[in-house]
Amino acid sequence: MRSWRLWLYLIPAAAFALLPLTPWGTSDNLNLGISLFIVAGLASSWNILAGLVGRVNLGHVAFFGLGSLATRQLWLVHEWAFAPAFLAGGLLAAVVAILVGIPALRLKGIYFSVGTLALAEALRLTVSTNLPRISRLPGPMLREYDLTPRYYLCFGVLLLIVVTVFWLRRSKLGLGMIAVREDAEAARSVGVNVLWQSLVAFVLSAFFAGLLGGTFAYFHLSYYPSFTFGPVWTFDALLVTFIGGIGTIGGPLIGAVFFVLLRDVLASNLVNVHLIVFGLIFIFVVLVLPGGIVQITERWRWFSPHSKNVVSKEKVVT
Amino acid sequence: MDISVGIVGQSLLSAVLVGSLYGLAALGLSLVFGVLKVLNVAHGELLMLGGYTAFWLFNLLGIDPYLSLVVVIPVLIVIGIGLHLGLFRHVVQFDEEHRIKNSLLIGFGLALILQTIAIRLFTADDRSIATSYSTNAWELLGLRLPIVRFSGLVIGILVVIGLQWFLHRTVIGKAIRATAEDWRTAALTGINVQRMYLITFALGAALSGLAGMLVALQFSVNPNIGLSWTLKALIVVVLAGLGSMPGTFIAGILLALVEAVSSLIFGGQYRELVGLIIFLIILSVRPQGLFGAKYA
Repeated sequence: MRSWRLWLYLIPAAAFALLPLTPWGTSDNLNLGISLFIVAGLASSWNILAGLVGRVNLGHVAFFGLGSLATRQLWLVHEWAFAPAFLAGGLLAAVVAILVGIPALRLKGIYFSVGTLALAEALRLTVSTNLPRISRLPGPMLREYDLTPRYYLCFGVLLLIVVTVFWLRRSKLGLGMIAVREDAEAARSVGVNVLWQSLVAFVLSAFFAGLLGGTFAYFHLSYYPSFTFGPVWTFDALLVTFIGGIGTIGGPLIGAVFFVLLRDVLASNLVNVHLIVFGLIFIFVVLVLPGGIVQITERWRWFSPHSKNVVSKEKVVT
Repeated sequence: MDISVGIVGQSLLSAVLVGSLYGLAALGLSLVFGVLKVLNVAHGELLMLGGYTAFWLFNLLGIDPYLSLVVVIPVLIVIGIGLHLGLFRHVVQFDEEHRIKNSLLIGFGLALILQTIAIRLFTADDRSIATSYSTNAWELLGLRLPIVRFSGLVIGILVVIGLQWFLHRTVIGKAIRATAEDWRTAALTGINVQRMYLITFALGAALSGLAGMLVALQFSVNPNIGLSWTLKALIVVVLAGLGSMPGTFIAGILLALVEAVSSLIFGGQYRELVGLIIFLIILSVRPQGLFGAKYA
């Protein structure tokens, strides 16, 4: 990688890291930053499986929800310290990913997507029937609630995800994943263990989603447990990744900035119709800009110069 | 726990009736997915629009819901043609691998738009069609058979027979099946593939409108029901596999039966999880679905 590209990451990262120390570090901006980090993190972690291995997981929220639920329950109900509860949330998501992944990753294409979507919906309905009550931070914690550590925790998790993706991209493991994406049969014939590569990507992706769930549990004062299992989280991650550019490192990040800022602007100015504008934007991206925002700057496509996963513009003539 | 034969029989009967609605909702999705290789996740929103059309025809003009199908189905066909020409026609120009991903994105966008429009126009209230015969029921071997629910089963069977006839006995139907099997070869034999796509999409929309009327009659519609019906329909489609209309309908009934049996055994709060586990087991054993054709 040429050094100026690295600066494209380092300068915004430094700016976000210093934000709470500057006069712009108002609670509004920190809240916006936290939602940006969570969306960017969900998109980047979803992109590990979708971008590298080429599997579309429509139940990503299941792991976000599990991490969030486990962290919140251990931390508030069982009164663990936050750090172990937070880690346990991520680990639970990873363990569930192993258990689900071994049968589910054998499914081809759309069957995997529908299976994971069904998993997430089943978890959401189970949680909403069994834990219907709102989860609130208890009074003493509420009094010492401070936004800054929450901001840095979310930021840290996002950094961890991005660094992991950088590392994966350069490792043998990541190259194996890309080989699986490009052609699973050919990869198998040169000795790549397809199920293992896919499973590692799936578990990593789930673990990060679980950690993000933990940050959400730490951040929010009160919410319904089933809220963190809502399909909208998966869709946000998916849309952000597609808008930014699937299979790239920068795509989910740019997509998240675009998405969160746009949502913020639209939701405050066009309260009633902002979802319509959103819907139109997604359709526009598919029809006009199928490679996402990073398609504009073609050189940002690092995963593979001939990436099949960047939606092709090639049209089939009938 | 005291489970009498009557309760078991009643819940199995209800499951068959609800399941025929799952099956009907899945038929259109399966057809579109099988032929266009496009996953229309806004299918549930089309169903919702069909439900609303029937509801307003009944509420404002007093038109009987079964009679209103004469209007509901053409309305949905027009919407389907519009959506295909405006959006999905562009998606089927991608190669197959990208059709699904792109159609997901378009479908989500479309679902957001249709939901918001429905909330603006119709408010978020639950609406249901309450006819004078809505609560009528027949007694059958000591079991209650509500007639509006039973009509869903009858309509479902008729639709499956009709579709089977259309797809296997008419020239257009055969051309649609040829397109599903291999569109390149179909195009080489002189089939207008784009027109088959248009007809299939319009037919899929018409089927979702029919299902929507029955949902409004048997349950209720609100602007947010789309996703849960899309999801049910998707599960049924995957469970059944592509390429068989009767298979899709039967899979809908099977799914409802599994849900009913699991809530009898494990209690209602875990029935979704049990349904999911069975779904995953079936998929692991038969990845092409229970009734899937080889080519699909």
